Amino acid sequence: MSYLWAFAVGGALCALAEAVVLVTRLTPAHVMVMFVVLGAVAGAFGLYEPLVRLAGAGATVPLPGFGFALVQGAMEDVHRLGWVGAFSGGLRATGAGLKAAVVFALAASLVANPRR
Amino acid sequence: MGAALRVEHGVDRRRYQEWVRAAEPRPHVAAALLRAFLAGGMICTVGQGVLNLLRASGLSEKEAAAPLAVAMVFLGSAATALGVYDNLAKVAGMGAALPITGFSNAMTAPAMEYKREGYVLGLGSRVFSVAGPVLVYGFATAWLLAMVSWLLSRVGIHWGLAG
Repeated sequence: MSYLWAFAVGGALCALAEAVVLVTRLTPAHVMVMFVVLGAVAGAFGLYEPLVRLAGAGATVPLPGFGFALVQGAMEDVHRLGWVGAFSGGLRATGAGLKAAVVFALAASLVANPRR
Repeated sequence: MGAALRVEHGVDRRRYQEWVRAAEPRPHVAAALLRAFLAGGMICTVGQGVLNLLRASGLSEKEAAAPLAVAMVFLGSAATALGVYDNLAKVAGMGAALPITGFSNAMTAPAMEYKREGYVLGLGSRVFSVAGPVLVYGFATAWLLAMVSWLLSRVGIHWGLAG
């Protein structure tokens, strides 16, 4: 059951992003930025958490889930530590994934070459 | 005379864009949406499989978030190194770009491509060419919203999650 919701919600978010690309002719990079920001805003208004509870990885794996994690971490820390938490919280919550992206990108560049 | 000249030598911006639109190959919208849906759905299903494994090993939903992100980033990076992810992206569009595996691909692909321009100013700087903008606006938005939530809490208004 968890797989079905993950598939449906994750797929729907991606189809929505594709629709934005087709309608607005923005580049994928623009739409990636847009969806991270939207995820953060939806998270702050408490709209994204129900989606995470429903769809699990279907909501946390797409980029709006990254925005949600950023704002969730910042909110948690800002109410625990004060203003400095707004600076530290987002990275605390997403640091593992970010550092993994850097480490694996470096590792891949050492062992693989681009296809021509 | 000015108007006559414009008609003769210049092309009105709107008319030019109409020409471009007419000449461009028309993407099959429904098929593109379906491909994005299927690819994105499949990647998230793999993610759910990883999440279920992590939960089964005793982690809470919250504790599982970081290892899930690391695992998906690894898969995206490995698929990029194998040359598979870029082919998927050509077919699936945002279905490949929007999941965190696409974020990983957006860092690994330039890392592989630009290492020939040097490890510092080639790889080191280009690795963030797409990921950088995502982080800049993601960080700024999260910071702003958290500051608003904190300031509101100081005057007794509770807004924002965990607030």
